[in-house]
Amino acid sequence: MAKDKKLIKPLATGDKTIPPEGAKMIPIYIMGREYVVPETLTIMKATEYAGYQYMRGCGCRGGICGACGTFYRFLGDYKLKSGLACQTVVQPNMVIAQLPFFPSNRPSYNLEKLVPAGIKQGMENSPHEELRRLYPEVFKCVGCGTCTRTCPMDIDVMDYIALMKRGDLKGAAIKSFDCVMCGLCASRCPAQISQFTAAMFVRRLYGKYVLPAAEHLKKRVEAVKSGKYLKMLDELAKKSTDELKKLYTEREREPDMTEPGKWMPKDVSHL
Amino acid sequence: MSGYTPELKELLKKVEASRPARVERARKNQHFPALTMEQRKEWLSKYHPDYKSEGRRAVKVGPNKGETFPDEVVNLLESRSRINPKNIDLSKIDYETDVLVIGAGGAGTAAALIAQENGLKVIVATKLRHGDSNTVMAEGGIQGADQEGDSPYYHFIDAMGGGHFSNQPDLVAALTNDAPLVLHWLESLGLMFDKYPDGRMLARHGGGTCRRRMHSAGDMTGAEIMRVVRDEARNRTEDIKVLEFSPAVELLLDTSASGGGRCAGAILYNLETKEYYIVRAKAVVMATGGFGRLHIQGFPTTNHYGATADGIVMAYRAGVKLKDLDSTQYHPTGAVYPEQNVGLLITEKVRGLGSQLINIDGEEFCFPLEPRDVESSCIIRECLDKGKGIMTPVGRVGVWLDSPMIEALHGEGTVRKELPAKYIQFKRYGIDISKEPMLVYPTLHYQNGGLMINANGETTVPGLYSAGEVTGGVHGRNRLMGNSLLDILVFGRRSGLNAAEYIKAGVKGSRGQGVKLTLEHVEKFEKELKAAGVKEPVIGPMILPEYTPDHVKARRWGQSA
Repeated sequence: MAKDKKLIKPLATGDKTIPPEGAKMIPIYIMGREYVVPETLTIMKATEYAGYQYMRGCGCRGGICGACGTFYRFLGDYKLKSGLACQTVVQPNMVIAQLPFFPSNRPSYNLEKLVPAGIKQGMENSPHEELRRLYPEVFKCVGCGTCTRTCPMDIDVMDYIALMKRGDLKGAAIKSFDCVMCGLCASRCPAQISQFTAAMFVRRLYGKYVLPAAEHLKKRVEAVKSGKYLKMLDELAKKSTDELKKLYTEREREPDMTEPGKWMPKDVSHL
Repeated sequence: MSGYTPELKELLKKVEASRPARVERARKNQHFPALTMEQRKEWLSKYHPDYKSEGRRAVKVGPNKGETFPDEVVNLLESRSRINPKNIDLSKIDYETDVLVIGAGGAGTAAALIAQENGLKVIVATKLRHGDSNTVMAEGGIQGADQEGDSPYYHFIDAMGGGHFSNQPDLVAALTNDAPLVLHWLESLGLMFDKYPDGRMLARHGGGTCRRRMHSAGDMTGAEIMRVVRDEARNRTEDIKVLEFSPAVELLLDTSASGGGRCAGAILYNLETKEYYIVRAKAVVMATGGFGRLHIQGFPTTNHYGATADGIVMAYRAGVKLKDLDSTQYHPTGAVYPEQNVGLLITEKVRGLGSQLINIDGEEFCFPLEPRDVESSCIIRECLDKGKGIMTPVGRVGVWLDSPMIEALHGEGTVRKELPAKYIQFKRYGIDISKEPMLVYPTLHYQNGGLMINANGETTVPGLYSAGEVTGGVHGRNRLMGNSLLDILVFGRRSGLNAAEYIKAGVKGSRGQGVKLTLEHVEKFEKELKAAGVKEPVIGPMILPEYTPDHVKARRWGQSA
C-alpha cells in the first residue's frame, strides 16, 4: 500500500460501531436506563454500542427472521410504537423494550390427513372447519385493529383474520405471506388470538390443497425415481475438466422469453 | 427519516456534477476500460481477501495441518475447548436419542424430518431459535431441473462451470439428481411456490444457468422454506425434540475403536443457565451453517447472528478433514449506509442497468461489470489504497453506486419498476435511489468450503453426517445463485436418511459391551496444540459474536475481563 498518502481506514469492522470524532450522540432508554449512542444506528446496534451482548432477541439482523420484535415510546408521548430492532433507527428519547419471546398457541395437526386429497376451496367447507377446530379464537376477533397497527411488516393482520373467518383461505394466505412470525400481533390481541401461527397453518393448507400441483414436476420426479439420470450424471462425474469445459462453453442457452415448458434444446438426448 | 447526513449530502454534489457527462459517455457506449487479464490477476492478488497473503496463515494442528486459511478461521481451528474433559462424567447421560442434529436451519430441520420418517427419535440442538439461520435470508430462489427442456445433466454442467470445475463431482451429481425430488417434497409440505394458474412452476434464469430453473416464493424463498419445514417439525414434537439456546460445544466419540471410534453424541451448553449436558446418540448430523460472523478481515456480512463456524471447530477436533475452507464468496456491492441496511445485498442488476461506481471525487474508477471477485478488488483498492472512499457517520467506508443513472439512461420510473424491493428498502430511510446513489462496499456472503463429505452426507468419522453451508465441495470455489437452498435440503435429507440406515444396520447392538463415550480426541487435540507451540489459544467454538465497543470494554474493571 502507498505509505505517504492519507488513507481512509474503515473504523467500523464487521458489525462493531466506532463513531468518528464529532459524531452526533443522542440519549435513548434501554428498558428505562439511559444510554448515549450515535445517531443513525438501529436499535439493535445501539444496544450493542451501549455494551449489551445479545443472546435472545437477535437473529438474521436483516429484517426477515422475526427475532427482534420491539416496543417503544418517546418520553412525554402516550403512543406505543413497534418495530424490529434491526430495522428501526434510534431517535432521541426513545424508551425501548424488546420482546424476544411471547407464548403463542400452536396446535399440532397432520397436513396429510387433514383434508381429503383433491378438495378445492369452495367445494367443501372442510379446510375452514379445520381452522375452526384448531383455532376457535380466530372467530372471536373483536376487530379492534391493534394487530394491524402493531405489525412491523405493515401487514393488514386484522384483514387476513377477517378473511379467515369468512373462509377465504386463499386471500388470508396471500395477505399474510410477508409475515416474519415475530409475534408482536399476538402480544397485543385482546381476543388472545395467535394470528401468526393461524396464518402459517392457512398458508400451508393453501399451498398444499388450493394451489394446483405442478404436473411437469410430478413427471420429472417419476423419471428421477426410476434412476433415469444416474448413468448420465455418473458419466459426467467421470469426465476430465477439459471435457467438462467443452460441454460448459458449448451449452445452448434457453431464451428468457419463451412459453413455459415449450422450449426444447436441439439435442434432446440428455433430457 | 433523514436520508443522508448534511456531510454526505455535500459529497453527493460531486457525483451529481459529474453525472451528466458520465451519462453522455455511457449513451455512446464509452465505458471505463475493463482490466486486462494481467491487471485482474494483480488486483486480485493485492486486494481480494481470498488471494492476499496477509491476513492468512497455515494451521499448525489437525487434519489440514500446514494448509493456509484466513487468520480468523485459523484462530478457531487452533482453539481450546470450552470444557475440561476431566470434570465430566460421561457415564451420566442427560439425553438419549437415535439421531442428534446440531443446528436448526434448513439442513438440520430437513435431516430431522427424514430421520423421523424413518422411525427414529431425534433431538435437534440449536444455538439460537429454531430457524435462526442463513436459510431465512436467501431471497433469490432454489434451482431444480424440472422443466421439459432441462434435466439434471444440464444443471450439473452449470454448477461445475460456476465453481470453476473445482466442485466434488459426486456431490454435484447428488445435488442435481435430487433437485426435482426436493421441489416436490416442498410442494407436498404446502410451500407457496410462485406458480402459473395451472400449477406449473414459474422458472427463471439465474447467473450462470443455461436453463430457466430458478424457483421462488416471492422474494423470500428461504424464509418460506424455513417456516414450512419448521412448522412441519413442530407437528412431530413427539419424535423431534428441539432444544433452543443450547449449542453443541464438543462432539462425543465412542471407544469402539482406539484413537476415536464412532461419533456418539455431543456436549450441549445451555446459554442461559450455563449448564452443560451430555447427549448420547447413535448418529449425529452436523448442520451448523457458515462463518460470516467471523468477519474475515473486518468485512461486514450478509449472514445471520449465529454464523460463527461452530461445527467446523468441533468436527475438526474430532478428526474431520476440511475442503476449500480458504474460499469465501464476497459480493462486491453490499450496502454500508444507512446502518440498518449494512450488509444488505445490492443486486448485480443495478450495475447491469448502467449504474457506475464512483469515488469521493465524483470519478469513475472501474468497469462496473467485472466478475464479482475482480469488482470487489477494485472497490477495496479505491478505498484502502487510493484513499478515495467515503466515510459514513459510524466509521464505515464505501463508494457510491450511482443508481440515478438508470433513470437517465432508461427513462424515469425504471428504478421503481426494475428494483422495487431495493427502492423500498432505502425509501424507508429517506433515500430515494432513483434520485440519490447508494453507498456500497464488498460484503462477506458465503462460506464456499467446509467439512468434507460424500454423497451420502457421511464425513470421515463413522456416525457423523453433515449437510449445508458447514460442508465443502458441493459448490467448489464459487457458488451459483439458487444452489445453496437446494444444497441444504438435498444433503439434509440424505444425511437424515443415511443416518437412519446406519442406525438400522446395527449400531444398537454394540451398546453395553464395554463401549463407552469419550472425549479423548479433545484431550489429544489440546496436547497437539501445546506440542505445536500454539500460544494462548482462544476458546472455541465462538458461539456468539462480540460487538462490544472499546469504551465499554475499558470500563470492565472486574478480574475476569
